[in-house]
Amino acid sequence: MSHENKLVMMANQIGKFFAPQTNMDAPEMIADHIGKFWDPRMRRQIYAHLDAGGDGMDAPVREAIKRLQERDKAKQTRA
Amino acid sequence: MSLIHEIDFGTPASKAGETVNLIIDGRSVSVPAGTSVMRAAMEAGIQVPKLCATDMLDAFGSCRLCLVEIEGRAGTPASCTTPVAPGMKVTTQNDRLAKLRRGVMELYISDHPLDCLTCAANGDCELQDMAGAVGLREVRYGYEGENHLKQQKDESNPYFTFDASKCIVCSRCVRACEEVQGTFALTIQARGFESKVSPGMAEKFLDSECVSCGACVQACPTATLMEKSVIEIGQPEHSVVTTCAYCGVGCSFKAEMRGEQLVRMVPYKDGQANRGHSCVKGRFAWGYAQHRERILNPMIRESIDQPWREVSWEEAISHTAAEFKRIQAKYGRGSVGGITSSRCTNEETYLVQKLVRAGFGNNNVDTCARVCHSPTGYGLSKTYGTSAGTQNFDSVEQTDVVIVIGANPVAAHPVFASRLKKRLRKGAKLIVIDPRRTEMVKAPHLEAAFHLPLRPGTNAAILNALAHVIITEGLQNETFIRERCDLDAFEHWATFIADKRNSPEAVEAITGVSAEAVRGAARLYATGGNGAIYYGLGVTEHSQGTTTVMAIANLAMLTGNIGRPGVGVNPLRGQNNVQGSCDMGSFPHELPGYRHISDDATRAMFESLWGRPLDSEPGLRIPNMLDAAVDGSFKGIYIQGEDILQSDPDTAHVAAGLAAMECVVVQDLFLNETANYAHVFLPGSTFLEKDGTFTNAERRINRVRKVMTPKNGYADWEITVMLAKALGLEMAYSHPSEIMDEIAHLTPGFAGVSYDFLEKVGSVQWPCNEKAPMGSPIMHVDGFVRGKGNFMITEYVPTDERTGPRFPLLLTTGRILSQYNVGAQTRRTANVVWHDEDVLEIHPHDAEQRGVREGDWVKLESRAGGTTLRAVITDRVAPGVVYTTFHHPLTQANVVTTDYSDWATNCPEYKVTAVQVAPSNGPSEWQEQYREQAERSRRIVKAEAAE
Repeated sequence: MSHENKLVMMANQIGKFFAPQTNMDAPEMIADHIGKFWDPRMRRQIYAHLDAGGDGMDAPVREAIKRLQERDKAKQTRA
Repeated sequence: MSLIHEIDFGTPASKAGETVNLIIDGRSVSVPAGTSVMRAAMEAGIQVPKLCATDMLDAFGSCRLCLVEIEGRAGTPASCTTPVAPGMKVTTQNDRLAKLRRGVMELYISDHPLDCLTCAANGDCELQDMAGAVGLREVRYGYEGENHLKQQKDESNPYFTFDASKCIVCSRCVRACEEVQGTFALTIQARGFESKVSPGMAEKFLDSECVSCGACVQACPTATLMEKSVIEIGQPEHSVVTTCAYCGVGCSFKAEMRGEQLVRMVPYKDGQANRGHSCVKGRFAWGYAQHRERILNPMIRESIDQPWREVSWEEAISHTAAEFKRIQAKYGRGSVGGITSSRCTNEETYLVQKLVRAGFGNNNVDTCARVCHSPTGYGLSKTYGTSAGTQNFDSVEQTDVVIVIGANPVAAHPVFASRLKKRLRKGAKLIVIDPRRTEMVKAPHLEAAFHLPLRPGTNAAILNALAHVIITEGLQNETFIRERCDLDAFEHWATFIADKRNSPEAVEAITGVSAEAVRGAARLYATGGNGAIYYGLGVTEHSQGTTTVMAIANLAMLTGNIGRPGVGVNPLRGQNNVQGSCDMGSFPHELPGYRHISDDATRAMFESLWGRPLDSEPGLRIPNMLDAAVDGSFKGIYIQGEDILQSDPDTAHVAAGLAAMECVVVQDLFLNETANYAHVFLPGSTFLEKDGTFTNAERRINRVRKVMTPKNGYADWEITVMLAKALGLEMAYSHPSEIMDEIAHLTPGFAGVSYDFLEKVGSVQWPCNEKAPMGSPIMHVDGFVRGKGNFMITEYVPTDERTGPRFPLLLTTGRILSQYNVGAQTRRTANVVWHDEDVLEIHPHDAEQRGVREGDWVKLESRAGGTTLRAVITDRVAPGVVYTTFHHPLTQANVVTTDYSDWATNCPEYKVTAVQVAPSNGPSEWQEQYREQAERSRRIVKAEAAE
């Protein structure tokens, strides 16, 4: 499995846990989890994958990565 | 220094609250009701002679040496079996008693070899002591009568001998095996004069059910059962209390020494985790510390195909620092990292993460807990607010119903298993959830009420089904939920769990466990009194490891089984310091005390003390490091006390990652498998050679004490300090106590911990601070650490690892009693007599289908790779499931396991691999190649001796 596909699989796994949490905003929780636990280079790789079409990414994960990417961009701008 | 002798009170302490007053030899004595007269006397400082009594065992009353007189009572009752009574007046010494005792001793000595001067127990023999205590001056019966002096000596066990000629048949060994260890391997064979201690079927010790825990040896009052090391070396002259470096039970031992030579390890009765018991590893398997294969000089090489070159410490350290600096200058700050070890001390672990964060300037630090209990940390922090188990081990004594899931404590946490089995023999009920019929399911005098032999990978489903029964049958603890838990989260969860898809009937198709058994187990746990859950890596090492930990947490909250003795959620940690390595900030996203690296206030505190800016972004976890290495962005690693090539999954991928790096530094005792890919080898020190602390599975911080000079020259913490200095990071510590002071200063849960404090109290369970100055044996007593308990929805998601026509069987892996993890330590001890190779357990049906016979070589193959090993045909595993251990590098079980991992933590899914098994002719080509490569890689060019 390529590293990129592995990251997509890992993100989807995270998504499958948070999606059924009926009292939570799943994309927000997914974004929070990936933001807290993934090294920036892993995040950059998954952003690049999303920018390239996001093949294989489940819907809540796609939304989560989008939000996280925006947050990281904003952080970089502030820095 | 002198030998530490714990007081032997003769019989166990009574736990009764009521006090009884009596008079012993004219002295007023107050003791709890139920105390024996013998113990009451000893508590008052009056020693009653004894041979068959010891306070580790229930009173037996056979030796008749402890006779006393009690006013108003006829005869001379045995003080060990006579409980105290109010107003009782006891005489322990008078002429009549002295005469009786001398008579008893005469009988013993008339059938005992008179070789005291050359006996290995000389100076440590209770029989000898008692002969003196009773004033034995003659043996009127002579020594010529019928006797047992020509008995055959059994030397089959590698660690102790059994010399029946010296046996006084006090039954202490038999009772220790039953009461303390719970194995029932020994018996008294025959009756009357023919009575003889023997393994159950009169076989040799090595061939018997004996598990070599050493309890019998410890209990023996003579030289009948004697450590071979004492026979060879002689009696020790001083002892030091320290902590075992094997599993997460964290047993306290007395290291009994002659100068700097270790004579034996004896379990310390005041040890609060083990209460005087031990297992074969801690008690006997310490010979690796002196093993000839231990590496004592630093070594470097330019590339991994070259032989090692011995160098000075100065050269090794400066070379390593220069390499890391070069790599960071070329590839960036994040191109290097480190791995801390759960085998090393808290202080050493703390220093490695400090070196990475402050010295390397990134957060690429991880620990071997990544591959075992990382889901415990995350799962329990989300539900309860803290990343640790909730109880102490003593708690099991008040448990009524125990669930053991994904753990085999008999093999992996044997001392705790003995305590658990003792409670079960007293009537507590047991539910085992495990694909295998482990030793817990059925053992002498106990049998699980329910064994739920689920299909590997379906833990979350079965726990959901248990909760479904409890909710739908109204068995939940409403008061606890209302008062202690987040009600909104509970309502959402309750709706989810009550859904029919979680019913035992629906789940049966997934787990293979009958709905009826699940319903029975759920009812028992919910209604049987104090319910406690103990779990191991069979829970965490799954793609849903974290989900399962949360499901366990949910179950305990649902039934109110949290916050008091006898209940709780208890992760059984694999290695000695898994808890500690996690506490010490080994994970790439958090600082010591489980505080996220992005928290500005926490980071500022560390920055201020360490004098370096810290990166606010999480670093790479071990599997991410390997992926990044293959990708080319991670180039150097400092690995302290961890063998990732053998212990991490998908060996081929690990090897590729290591091979892609430019500087791999291994600090260890031996040239382990990872060292085959290393460029620098820094020889490490054993737990006997350094000071520090380990934190066990019950959050207990225990002292590790140096008993000998490090053979390699330095304790591991000193090596990290030297490396940090060479990297420009000053670490000014002169003793590990100063490192602990820094930890306490920076970590709220450790604020009250210091070496001085540990010296006073022995050990302490964190949190230990202003709010809990004496520590916290039980967590979440008045409320959860996070405030309200949080029910998380635990939807079952099948693993992506599926069986199919090519790989129709499921492989699950685990440990065996005599070996420990990658076996680096235990393979270098006599423990190999019990397990000298990894074998594959396969069900008779699956073996028959494949034409596999007992002992045949079989090829075990998965999508990741293949290996060969011998088959053991057993119905301990269910049809469709095979099992092996991972202790031997030439088997390399992890060649077969995949890189699927837990969704939250990347903890590998060791417990589920789709495989095929087929007959084979012998070791595979891969194994032959690996052996060759390993041998080539271990070539050493010795340094020339200095003039």
